[in-house]
Amino acid sequence: MLRLELVSISKQYPAVKANDNVSLKVQPGEIHAVLGENGAGKSTMMKMIYGAVRPDEGEIRWNGQPVQIRNPQEARHLGISMVFQHFSLFDTLTAAENVWLGLDKSLSLAEVTQRITKVSKEYGLDVEPLRPVHTLSVGERQRVEIVRALMTNPKLLILDEPTSVLTPQAVEKLFVTLRQLASEGCSILYISHKLDEIRALCHHCTVLRGGKVTGEVDPRTETNAGLSRLMIGSEPPQLKHVQAHVGELALELKGLSLVKQSPFGTSLADIALQVRAGEIVGVAGVSGNGQQEFMAALSGEDTRAPAGSIRMFGNDISNASPRHRRKMGLHFVPEERLGRGAVPTLSLAQNTLLTRTEAVSKSGWIRTGQVTRLAADLIARYNVKAGGPGAAAKSLSGGNLQKFIVGREIDAKPKLLIVSQPTWGVDVGAAAQIRGALLKLRDEGCALLVVSEELDELFEISDRLVVIAQGRISPSVPTAQATIEMIGEWMSGLWPRDGAAPRKEAAHA
Amino acid sequence: MLKLEARPQPSKAMSFASPLIALVLTVILAALLFAALGKDPLKGLGVFFVEPLNGMRSISEVLLKSTPLILCALGLAVCYRSNVWNIGAEGQFLLGAIAGGGVALWLTTEGISGSRGIYSPLVLIAGALGGMVWAAITALLRDKFNASEILVSLMLVYVAQQLLNYLVFVPWKDPMGFNFPQTKTFDASTWLPALLPKSRLHWGFVVALVFVGIFWSFLFRSWRGYQLQVGGLAPAAARYAGFSARTSLWTALLTSGGMAGLAGAMEAAGPLKQLTPHVSTGYGFTAIIVCFVGRLHPVGIVFSGMLLSMMLIGGELGQSRLGLPNALTGVFQGLLLFLLLACDTLIFYRIRWKGAPHAVVPPAVKPATPTTAKEGA
Amino acid sequence: MNEIALLLAATLASGTPLAIAGLGLLLNEKAGVLNLGAEGMMLVAAIAGFAAAYYSGSDIVAFAAGAAAGALMAAIFGWLVIWLNTNQYATGLALTLFGGGFSAFVGVDFAGKKLSDRSPLNIPGLSDIPFIGPALFRQHPMVHVAIALMFAFGWFLYKSRAGLVLRAVGESPESAHALGYPVRRIRFFAVIAGGALCGVAGAYLSVVYAPLWVEGLTAGRGWIALALTTFATWRPARVLLGAYLFGGVTMLQFALQGAGVEVSSQLLAMLPYLATIVVLALISRNPVWIRINMPASLGKPFHPGS
Repeated sequence: MLRLELVSISKQYPAVKANDNVSLKVQPGEIHAVLGENGAGKSTMMKMIYGAVRPDEGEIRWNGQPVQIRNPQEARHLGISMVFQHFSLFDTLTAAENVWLGLDKSLSLAEVTQRITKVSKEYGLDVEPLRPVHTLSVGERQRVEIVRALMTNPKLLILDEPTSVLTPQAVEKLFVTLRQLASEGCSILYISHKLDEIRALCHHCTVLRGGKVTGEVDPRTETNAGLSRLMIGSEPPQLKHVQAHVGELALELKGLSLVKQSPFGTSLADIALQVRAGEIVGVAGVSGNGQQEFMAALSGEDTRAPAGSIRMFGNDISNASPRHRRKMGLHFVPEERLGRGAVPTLSLAQNTLLTRTEAVSKSGWIRTGQVTRLAADLIARYNVKAGGPGAAAKSLSGGNLQKFIVGREIDAKPKLLIVSQPTWGVDVGAAAQIRGALLKLRDEGCALLVVSEELDELFEISDRLVVIAQGRISPSVPTAQATIEMIGEWMSGLWPRDGAAPRKEAAHA
Repeated sequence: MLKLEARPQPSKAMSFASPLIALVLTVILAALLFAALGKDPLKGLGVFFVEPLNGMRSISEVLLKSTPLILCALGLAVCYRSNVWNIGAEGQFLLGAIAGGGVALWLTTEGISGSRGIYSPLVLIAGALGGMVWAAITALLRDKFNASEILVSLMLVYVAQQLLNYLVFVPWKDPMGFNFPQTKTFDASTWLPALLPKSRLHWGFVVALVFVGIFWSFLFRSWRGYQLQVGGLAPAAARYAGFSARTSLWTALLTSGGMAGLAGAMEAAGPLKQLTPHVSTGYGFTAIIVCFVGRLHPVGIVFSGMLLSMMLIGGELGQSRLGLPNALTGVFQGLLLFLLLACDTLIFYRIRWKGAPHAVVPPAVKPATPTTAKEGA
Repeated sequence: MNEIALLLAATLASGTPLAIAGLGLLLNEKAGVLNLGAEGMMLVAAIAGFAAAYYSGSDIVAFAAGAAAGALMAAIFGWLVIWLNTNQYATGLALTLFGGGFSAFVGVDFAGKKLSDRSPLNIPGLSDIPFIGPALFRQHPMVHVAIALMFAFGWFLYKSRAGLVLRAVGESPESAHALGYPVRRIRFFAVIAGGALCGVAGAYLSVVYAPLWVEGLTAGRGWIALALTTFATWRPARVLLGAYLFGGVTMLQFALQGAGVEVSSQLLAMLPYLATIVVLALISRNPVWIRINMPASLGKPFHPGS
């Protein structure tokens, strides 16, 4: 008997049919992957299973019986538990309080605290119940989420992109835990777009594309190419790689230390790095290790860096404003599109003015015609699907807005381009276009620094790699000589320091 | 049952219609209130909304009262669009009256005289400066101490009222004034030149209209105006762009303080020609309503300013002709704002009939962040 | 000595409406809702309470009327802000402006009327203790209610599960929603309960403290109560401390006048407001402190569709 079955499920939203006649069959004790790129309909399907959304058509069957799951509490009663991609945790409360809130009222806080210690030992998930969540690393926070889910004695555990915040070594540990759970009879729904992981972990895989099921396969017998074809309809686009012609020193960081501004942040410690014209340096690292603070120090949103720690073509820009840095040729694409890279309610034309001030006259007036023309030009050249230069930024899809923003910065002919999470939340087609544009820029002699949590992406486009961990940056290594295992170790802070033996304790795992 | 469904794009048509719908609903509720008070609803509505426009004299009063409202609201629009919540315009207004009135009083007591209105620019500039200084206190505390501008500017209103009371009760009291709390009447040289003979309307109204044009250009065509609005809409984007939040804060507060102060000086040197504890009938607060009903837009503010000015006059007429308490105006104005805010929802949501209750979760578009936000997929 | 005891008693009496309103607003803000309409709610409740006391002669009815008035106005505010997602600042302001106009309108018939003086409570035995007796125990029951409320709030917020849920909703409504909690309903109840408490405070002012009605009776106390929650870094005991502090400053102005100090009454009347500004500036200075204690979602709208 199937543990969970979705029969001909459909869900329509005003603009799009998120799920179109989809089916899903999950056996007891099975690790079942749901594969699809961003926008394929995976999270809508999950929302229906754990009760946040109701299907328009179709039937959900639990252990053979048709059920109506009206809210998350009912899902929990059935035995369905979910670990979210973006954690549902409360920063100022302790881990124990967070877990308690995710359970029903039957246990007291003291009882819950005891059981947390028990469960975490049982499954190898280290959690300190009395620590406030804001003091925990991202990996530790995920463990709290998982412990919370496990304490409901789930029969079906849903994990949404769980490995985006883990080092490769931590991913292995997670897999051990999941296999143990599965062997005890708990079914697992594993949502991901990472082909290697799915092939390593899962027994079965349902592939979604454009809201429809395109295949149900055993991933252990499939190749990456085969899965990719089901996921996006073709092989992953190949990018042209030209040998790097490295030129002068564009960016030099020395002794960049910065005390964290927010109690929940990360301090930067003695960062040293060089980026030359005509090369792409990739910065790998698990989220929460100082990337935000590092980017802010480089972009000029934080001007407290020690004098001389940031030099561009020899000029000290450590305390320069973003506008001054742009005048010197430094452009930046932030990881948040809406709200930081663009103002959601303003038009694309008005959004160009954030970083492109050519249309502002010396006396402080805006030439609106020129602004509109620039936006139209960017839309055309970078394949942005939008309602025109007057369309509001928030009306664009993630991929299209990202193309616009990246295009806006590339079009400014920067000498140094810094990009944070270039293809997060972007569909595969747009992602390929963006990566291609970055490579083209590098071939034309620009220096690029790319921060990304997707190791595959960095391996694909970088000439050299460094890792950021706990606010420190590792020495660099040419991509050709790097391996995933080595980078994974470095992501825990375990890179060789000059002369000293490699650090034993892995932090932020 | 009725359900609210998010619109894919905010409705431009509703942006215009919403204040009108709110006005219609206010009128309906007003009629009901008149009936409840035992007065003829049509007569009541007539007195409040029609009589003020009856005849040149009434219209000139409407324009006169709309002047301080428009001036204050223009400054507040800049503030609110920058997400600086200055609600102390009333205090800045009073300080403008004090500063402008103080200059006028000094000229009068020194015996410096001249033709009508020759020294009025001096009075007005002093007023604007007075308002700016008062707003600067709020700006400073927010800038240096991170103190909420809402609470500080509000507290300063009470302080300003007491300051005015003190001045007209003690040092500035007219020795020939029969011990009433009022200053001497200002010399004609400080009065604002009259615009319409046989009315109280003065050139201040024209000044207000000129400012409407200036503020429109500032908000929608100037670089500084753009920076202020981005700062209000998306502070992280403003930081990314390199716009100074500090400059925006000071610009917004000094601008609105200056405008409110200017309006205060105009009241003192215009219709009143002296200082009393009642220089303002709550103009600074009514201006907040004018600002919202006018959609924070300079042109809209002209219309809403006249509308609320009409309601003020209507209230006075209601008192003298129908024996209704003057406080009724405040009720209608508050109602109008409430209803406007409620109707504004229609800009972003549609009303739909739905069958059985659904756990409908429309895909909302939110700022996309790698690990700190969710994106509907 | 006796004068100081009386001053203390007067401080407690004066601080009590601020304390009760402050605790009500604390409840709102812990859930993440900023209600700038406090002043308006207190005014409407004050006139409602006054009218009720005038016609019924009963304090209990007056306080009930005040609470009901506050709750009703809070319900309108809550509906707009929580279900229709209107701007919290603008809607709160609208509430205050409307409340001011409405209370003035209804109160026209009551202007200048007086209620009989309320004799303070006399607890036998305790009231006779020298100094502490007159200071603490010859008070209207509401003063004791305020103190009891503080303890109740402390227990509710930090020792009960319901309080934890409330704090969680204020910290991150999105996470609470994802866990299946009815965020909007919880916020709505917090807003109504907070409004009821502001209403009780307003009725206290017109029925016990003054006891009369005049337009604008509350003279900014609603705003000071709002400042109190920041000053108290959102902790119940500190709300009371702050309330009594401001009560004390208010009393100071009368004491100085009585002592024949040569400063005009108008300038002395500025004292409570200036004190509020100074305290606000000092507390807000530490952004880290504020960040850790302030409910993270305060003032921000919540859309369940995300």
